[in-house]
Amino acid sequence: MIFESLSEKLQNSLDKLRGKGKITEKDLDLALREVRLALLEADVNYKVVKDFISDIKARALGSEVLESLNPGQQVIKIVYDELTNLMGEKEEKLNFSSKPPTIILMCGLQGSGKTTTSGKLAFNLKKQNKRPLLVACDVYRPAAIKQLEVVGEKVGVPVFSMGTNVNPVDIAKAGIEHATKNGNDVVIIDTAGRLHIDTDLMEEIFTIKNVTNPNEILLVLDAMTGQDAVNVAETFNEKLDITGVVLTKMDGDARGGAALSLRSVTHKPIKFVGMGEKLDQLEPFYPDRMASRILGMGDVLGLIEKA
Amino acid sequence: SKTRKNISGKIDDVIRSHRKIDEELFDELEEILITADVGIVSTMKIIENLKEKAKDKNIADPYDIKALLKEEVKNIMLSSVDNNYIKLEPTPSLILVVGVNGVGKTTTIGKLAHNIKISGKSVLLAAGDTFRAAAIDQLMEWGNRANVEVVSHQEGSDPAAVIFDAIKKAKAKNIDVLICDTAGRLHNKSNLMNELNKIFRVVEKEYPEATKEILLVLDATTGQNAINQAKVFKEVSNITGVILTKLDGTAKGGIAIALQAELNLPIKLIGVGEGIEDLQPFDVDIFINSIFE
Ligand SMILES: Nc1nc2c(ncn2[C@@H]2O[C@H](COP(=O)(O)OP(=O)(O)OP(=O)(O)O)[C@@H](O)[C@H]2O)c(=O)[nH]1
Ligand SMILES: Nc1nc2c(ncn2[C@@H]2O[C@H](COP(=O)(O)OP(=O)(O)OP(=O)(O)O)[C@@H](O)[C@H]2O)c(=O)[nH]1
Ligand SMILES: [Mg+2]
Ligand SMILES: [Mg+2]
Repeated sequence: MIFESLSEKLQNSLDKLRGKGKITEKDLDLALREVRLALLEADVNYKVVKDFISDIKARALGSEVLESLNPGQQVIKIVYDELTNLMGEKEEKLNFSSKPPTIILMCGLQGSGKTTTSGKLAFNLKKQNKRPLLVACDVYRPAAIKQLEVVGEKVGVPVFSMGTNVNPVDIAKAGIEHATKNGNDVVIIDTAGRLHIDTDLMEEIFTIKNVTNPNEILLVLDAMTGQDAVNVAETFNEKLDITGVVLTKMDGDARGGAALSLRSVTHKPIKFVGMGEKLDQLEPFYPDRMASRILGMGDVLGLIEKA
Repeated sequence: SKTRKNISGKIDDVIRSHRKIDEELFDELEEILITADVGIVSTMKIIENLKEKAKDKNIADPYDIKALLKEEVKNIMLSSVDNNYIKLEPTPSLILVVGVNGVGKTTTIGKLAHNIKISGKSVLLAAGDTFRAAAIDQLMEWGNRANVEVVSHQEGSDPAAVIFDAIKKAKAKNIDVLICDTAGRLHNKSNLMNELNKIFRVVEKEYPEATKEILLVLDATTGQNAINQAKVFKEVSNITGVILTKLDGTAKGGIAIALQAELNLPIKLIGVGEGIEDLQPFDVDIFINSIFE
């Protein structure tokens, strides 16, 4: 497979550099070509890759890389540092309202994992002694409400629903009233999957946002997403000013370059990652792990330590 | 459609902005292919071939590059696949639908059931996803919409047993086409892939006479990982074709090129929306023409 040999390829081109003593800008370009391919293979957006590589190059040229004894490792270190930086710095927590209930609005494309993630969040919050309420605002997809009900039952969290003949905006409003009356301190609003170019449905969720005034607007994005991730993230962010991202299906073998793309276009934090279909499989996001994963190099740190 | 015109439009822009054929022109064409999710390996191959041919044919005008590129893409797509039709004859036939989580399997089955039903064949559905919350209810709702019966067991039961029952029923009722849903499973989970094997064995053993299609559903929004998915599903089963969904979004579906060219997997259908009518046949010429014209 292509990416199994990536660290080898990188190492080879870097070894060649090392053998040369002092390297030239052209040598550097050759090494960066491998990095570029690695990022593209990981689905990082083409434009993001372009900017990233030119930043790396500028930094490498501006430092002592070219003069150093071990230029290869220096380059890897710069790449890795920049990537980790771009991923965000620390573990990002949820924002809670000082005046309960805290409102969490879920959004994203079809099938990205919104309903499952809503259940996972509810489970998580319940473990922190919160009293969450799930609100079923997907009135379009067949059996979407039933799905949320099953999920709610599995984690022991109540589900508020009004069937499929009521406007999702009204369901959201009524859900919050219901929460206030019943002492639920967090409201998680599950919404229908929608394309970012579907203007009617984007308008709908914009209205849901306006009437519910959420503390968190989480974009749920599939880690397998390709080049289109930037369009999706950008459009959802422009319309809703999202507060964070949940990257799902990270238990797969996708390299997850979408994470880098969406960070660089939205600058919003990735708050959680979905690691499976089960409702306890939600984990915090670790920028450094993501950086290694995107590069396809479990041994990145080892390489750098040798530098 | 809009997304494909984008590719063509971009190619035109690039060509228009170049007076001569140089590295930069090829780089920009490469960019267009990669941003359409064509796949790194296929893209590199296409561009390499393109460079060679441009040189061999002494092409100097960037304008002539477009036709050459079109030919190249068509070549690599057609050289590896015979046709793109779903084979339902002779009846009885069985369609098994597989794929990773959330790609659109159940929805596509609803559309397909409707499609085949109105073509005059009898259809039966099997609710082989017994794992996901309300997956059975979802398929039942599609059964209602398509006016087709659904065989189901309880959530949590053995999917192979559901398929077994459905085959029995299809035989008893002389059903033309049995379509089986399965749970979404990531291809890197060997236990779930093994579960699929059990289903294949039941199908082989209980329905040897049936014409079979094993269709892999891929989400057009997926990037390079779609190739991995296809590779691994192909390893465990005799995948006969691919259904590419969600082409109504802005993802370009360039992965279709890589799937046919690198993996010899014909694209058989495309999903272009959530409605029951939003399923279309895939045709290489139409696909390529709509990219390049
Ligand atoms: N392996 C894995 N599967 C996941 C994960 N998150 C969600 N899924 C699966 O992905 C599929 C879609 O999940 P849903 O929660 O229904 O997605 P959704 O965004 O609500 O879908 P729509 O409402 O149709 O737009 C289901 O099969 C889930 O079990 C994850 O982190 N890992
Ligand atoms: N826009 C668009 N949405 C689609 C298309 N096909 C399916 N969907 C949507 O994608 C989501 C997931 O579809 P499902 O049919 O549940 O997918 P699945 O593969 O059966 O999912 P699991 O069984 O959970 O693995 C739903 O919201 C569908 O309405 C399509 O062609 N275009
Ligand atoms: Mg949902
Ligand atoms: Mg399904």
